[in-house]
Amino acid sequence: MWMDFGFEFVNFYLVPGLVLGCIYALGAVGITLTFGILRFANFAHGELMMTGTYLAWTFGAVVLATTGVVLHPLITAIPAMAGAVVLALLIDRYFYKPFRDAPTIMVVIASFGMMLIVRSAVQVIWGPNQIAFVRGIDKPNAAVREFTQSIDMMLLIPNKHFWIIGGTIVIVLLLHYLLEHTRIGKAMRAVSDSPDLARVTGINVEVVVRATWIVGGMSAVMAGVFLAMDTQTLETTMGFRMLLPMFAAAILGGIGRPFGAVFGGLVIGLAEELVAYPWIGTEPLISPGYKTGVAFAIMVVMLIVRPSGIFKGRTF
Amino acid sequence: MSGPILEIDGIHAGYGETEILHDINIHVDPNEIVAVIGPNGAGKSTAIKSVLGLLNIRSGAIRLNGEEITNTPPDQVVTRGISYVPQTQNVFVNLSVQENLEMGAWTRPDGMAERLEEMYALFPDLRAKSRQAAGSLSGGQRQMVAMAKALMVDAKVLLLDEPTAGLSPKYRGEIFQTIRNIKNSGVPILIVEQNAKQALGTADRGYVLVDGANRHTGTGEELLADRDIARMFLGGRE
Ligand SMILES: Nc1ncnc2c1ncn2[C@@H]1O[C@H](COP(=O)(O)OP(=O)(O)O)[C@@H](O)[C@H]1O
Ligand SMILES: [Mg+2]
Repeated sequence: MWMDFGFEFVNFYLVPGLVLGCIYALGAVGITLTFGILRFANFAHGELMMTGTYLAWTFGAVVLATTGVVLHPLITAIPAMAGAVVLALLIDRYFYKPFRDAPTIMVVIASFGMMLIVRSAVQVIWGPNQIAFVRGIDKPNAAVREFTQSIDMMLLIPNKHFWIIGGTIVIVLLLHYLLEHTRIGKAMRAVSDSPDLARVTGINVEVVVRATWIVGGMSAVMAGVFLAMDTQTLETTMGFRMLLPMFAAAILGGIGRPFGAVFGGLVIGLAEELVAYPWIGTEPLISPGYKTGVAFAIMVVMLIVRPSGIFKGRTF
Repeated sequence: MSGPILEIDGIHAGYGETEILHDINIHVDPNEIVAVIGPNGAGKSTAIKSVLGLLNIRSGAIRLNGEEITNTPPDQVVTRGISYVPQTQNVFVNLSVQENLEMGAWTRPDGMAERLEEMYALFPDLRAKSRQAAGSLSGGQRQMVAMAKALMVDAKVLLLDEPTAGLSPKYRGEIFQTIRNIKNSGVPILIVEQNAKQALGTADRGYVLVDGANRHTGTGEELLADRDIARMFLGGRE
């Protein structure tokens, strides 16, 4: 039974789907927070993720060159998050803030321009070619393999996947604590609910906006680092390729609903991998080449049948 | 001894180019309930919003305890002690009742626990609902949340925009009773009402606005007795 069905399904479809879902989930959190609190679709979010990941790689490379120490990518993510947050705050201050009271479409277009500017800047600094993020083959975790083999349910899960899934769980728990139990987190939900009421309640909306960029920027960098750990490579187009599934996840979960975005990310990541499973016969149900179409299809269907998303977010 | 707490002094204001308020004068003295009545579109909500710094005041002045606060941004107006309950969308629907109150105390976060306790004493219905989303409450209960939220700071004056609109007579009575209780606790109130009879009955003084200008001013009883006003507002209504 396990060897006929479960082995292949779990190891080659379900776990990779979960891993991809975690990455989308963390990326979509930032999209949905910006959408809910600043009220615009931030096209540059993928570039923030990509830039942060380049910063992480650079930090690791510099430490390796100067001290010979190989840092775990999650360590390099810490200074990268700081860098990406500074970048996000500067962009907000000089490019988005002047549009605060302008029609939404203006700041959306500004973010589109920012997307192109940031990607070009990264290409100028680091070059347009692929970079190896992590070298060598990450073999399946031996202890897990031996134990599961002994009970006839062999799992081949590389360590990087444990890091990604475990890391995502920790980040989502931290996010939950922030939004439900801290003053600034509750204010973020309040502004997302009604910016006008927040203003006349005395909440300093600019402080909340900065908190949003900090949280969105940090989760974007984590998503980018997890993606680079998974694919073991870095590319300047990685953020752009993530944009569609991240938006699809945010819309699926309901705009302005961070935990909806997490759910949406998991669904889309799983869907993208599971559609390639040979559900009928021996061929993939849908050729893996069409994988990215899955997020698009889910997004279009949601926008038609339930634009407020599963957890009833905002509609525009 | 002291002058008015809040003074709207001859203001001209509007949202964009068009002027909506033409030389509006309203003041609130210590320990007073002041009612503002007038037909729909008269500019009552606009007059309150001008205090909050939500629109552009072209001439005239807003003063709090004699200090000019004309065109001060809303969060600073609230910090200075003016609490405001908007006419619509006056609670955070996705936040719990308690979280709404906590947000109300944003500008004054100290002593939160005692403040919450005071509010649950003033609005006993809210205690059992404290963990419920404000959006799931009835209209009357939402209004209570909105008022409690506004009272979480040490308000020098409370501005209420049509707190009883759309409520059942039972809730209307409760809200007016609460307004008297708030006044007795030392917070003066400026209240805009459609429900002119009950508002003037509760208020110490009142203003009638028509077409963005002052039309009548007087004590609650004087205005209630005025034939002109009776014809305009009190006629067919209960
Ligand atoms: N946000 C707004 N932008 C532009 N005009 C407005 C706005 N709100 C109200 N008005 C206009 O201002 C006038 C007064 O409205 P309002 O103050 O809401 O009246 P009231 O509260 O007395 O019913 C109306 O003519 C209304 O159309
Ligand atoms: Mg009104």
